[in-house]
Amino acid sequence: MSDSCFSLDGASIAFAAGQTILQAAMDAGHYIPHLCFHPELKPHGSCKVCSVRVDGNMMASCTTPARQGMKVESATTEVDDQRRAVVQMLFVEGNHFCPSCEQSGRCKLQATAYELQMTSPHFDHFFPDRAVDASHPDFLLDFNRCILCSLCVRASRDVDQKAVFGLAGRGIGTRLIVNSESGRLGDSDFAATDKAAQVCPVGAILRKRQGFNVPIGQRTYDVAPIRESDRGGPEKR
Amino acid sequence: MSQNLETAANPGPLRRIAIDPLSRVEGHGKVTILVDEANRIHQVRLHIVEFRGFERFIVGRPYWEVPVMVQRLCGICPVSHHLAASKALDVVVGARRLTRSAQMLRRLMHYGQILQSHALHFFYLASPDLLFGFDSEVSRRNIVGVATAHSDTARRGILLRKFGQEVIRITAGKRVHGTGSIPGGVNKAVTAAERDLLLQNIYEIIAWSRDAVALVKRLHNQHPALYNSFGAFRSKILSLVGRDGNMDLYDGVLRARDENGAILFDGVEPDQYLDIIEEQVKPWSYMKFPYLRALGADKGWYRVGPLSRVQNCDSIPTPLAEIERREFMDYSGAMPLHAPLAYHWARMIEMLHAAETIKDLLHDPAILGGDLVVQGARTSSGIGVIEAPRGTLIHHYGVDENDLVTMCNLIVSTTHNNQVMNEAVREVARRYLDGREINEGLLNHIEVVIRAFDPCLSCATHALGKMPLVVELRTLEGDLIDSRARD
Repeated sequence: MSDSCFSLDGASIAFAAGQTILQAAMDAGHYIPHLCFHPELKPHGSCKVCSVRVDGNMMASCTTPARQGMKVESATTEVDDQRRAVVQMLFVEGNHFCPSCEQSGRCKLQATAYELQMTSPHFDHFFPDRAVDASHPDFLLDFNRCILCSLCVRASRDVDQKAVFGLAGRGIGTRLIVNSESGRLGDSDFAATDKAAQVCPVGAILRKRQGFNVPIGQRTYDVAPIRESDRGGPEKR
Repeated sequence: MSQNLETAANPGPLRRIAIDPLSRVEGHGKVTILVDEANRIHQVRLHIVEFRGFERFIVGRPYWEVPVMVQRLCGICPVSHHLAASKALDVVVGARRLTRSAQMLRRLMHYGQILQSHALHFFYLASPDLLFGFDSEVSRRNIVGVATAHSDTARRGILLRKFGQEVIRITAGKRVHGTGSIPGGVNKAVTAAERDLLLQNIYEIIAWSRDAVALVKRLHNQHPALYNSFGAFRSKILSLVGRDGNMDLYDGVLRARDENGAILFDGVEPDQYLDIIEEQVKPWSYMKFPYLRALGADKGWYRVGPLSRVQNCDSIPTPLAEIERREFMDYSGAMPLHAPLAYHWARMIEMLHAAETIKDLLHDPAILGGDLVVQGARTSSGIGVIEAPRGTLIHHYGVDENDLVTMCNLIVSTTHNNQVMNEAVREVARRYLDGREINEGLLNHIEVVIRAFDPCLSCATHALGKMPLVVELRTLEGDLIDSRARD
């Protein structure tokens, strides 16, 4: 650890060369809400939930390198309001029905919404019509819940060396696709042991026949809120 | 006056009265009445005006989501849907026989549900009519009025329901819409501390349940003519009974009796329900009309729920409730009791049975642990039947090789009772409304008889909300003259 430091909500945070604001903050035990970040994967900066104000400018903390003396504001009403709006947009863009979702209590999107005290979707729901891909024998893809964080894309490409997943289209038309001739997961070389099978922060990539096997009260975020339980990876299921 | 009152011969010139919304029942419904210039009744219909379509949107979802998703049909008896779906999907995952622990835990959850739902219905929804009178002052004809005039009765009703909800919370994870039951078993056992918490109150709960039976008996004895005849008509009855013929609200075989109590069929396995039950659709209601296939739509309609179950079983396997069942059977005599208000008596006997069963289960060490889930050879469809608080509940699913639901058919308790509720409403209309100037008190007579069945119109149409009722009065040309509606 170097002697380099920056200020996070008034606290002095030490960082090593090459670390981002988010990495340094988490190493120091500080929680900054985030969805598309995973400590074992290259930062992507797509969800913007980890945005902080850096010397007056809003920046994604997962991709912004820590610099000596910078002033970072995270736990402010203004920043949290913007984060909440981002999360609300994620909710209405997909079909996130927590009451019947098996990831309820284990979902980072839901837990982050609670953390940000989101009490309503605020925006009009898109109610997209997306199919479920159940073609794989062990895993199910529910595109209704995909938040386009690209964690599965990066894990499959950079860790599994397979590139099973990709993001196609642009802007509002962006969607998760499967790299197989049929476009179905069952026709890809995706395997249960893949890193990509373990990183989905929501209920889009699901291990089959396991739903609701953990009782209420014992699920990840029943035991401790995301602020306390999240140590960087969404693998705690 | 038309004989069956379902469809007027010439509705054009008749006035239309609508009770909309129906109050103190679950879900949205209304009653319409067509009358002529002399207030003679020509047509009476109980309409269910909601539609939710669970049978359709469950298709394409993974099967393990189903027990949690379908319980959203209802906020009063979600456990019934949760367990009926689980039982159907037990078959799909090849769990032909659950572990003893899983069975006992599901039973505990279910009898907690029976207790809380029956307490809710009797004390919150029905008792204002029974304690104050059908046409009593409307402003106090509610649970607040009961709490004011009969504070101990209301308090016990609230605590009985709360206890049932605690049983559900401990077994399912939440008081409403938990996740405890999964295909092949359950996801949690009861801890010793949780069991002890429930044991602290169970004997008081049993005593209060006995008192509730006594209260209903007292009402019957005070007004026997009213309670034995109000909305009464003869019908066939259907329910699950245990394989030994005794009352079993969680599992068993189907048994039906005719109007005289003679057995029509017995020992029918639940997965044969399509052989004995058929559903008819009528254009004026979203709720289907089931009937016994062998007897046809005109003669095959039947009633389900507490009044059927108490008279359909050979005995009740808990001692205090069995004593009460025998007294009930002695009261009814050689022929079955068909009076809708006797539902309340039967319902309280079942509440007592549920309390006794919960006590027995709390003393069973199987609920504290052991193997909770089993699986076997996958199948492509499953049928689960359970006796929900309001009656027989059937869930039927098809599942493809990729684990997605391909078909869903639900026949819920209130749907079975559709025709008999219509008959009861017509009977009350004939007796109390025909030829009279209609006022709120008379309209409440209609609601009283509907409430006796404890209908859940949300479930019946896979619909949401509380039950509204409207009465509209129209000219012979169909113009609206007067309307009474309840929010």
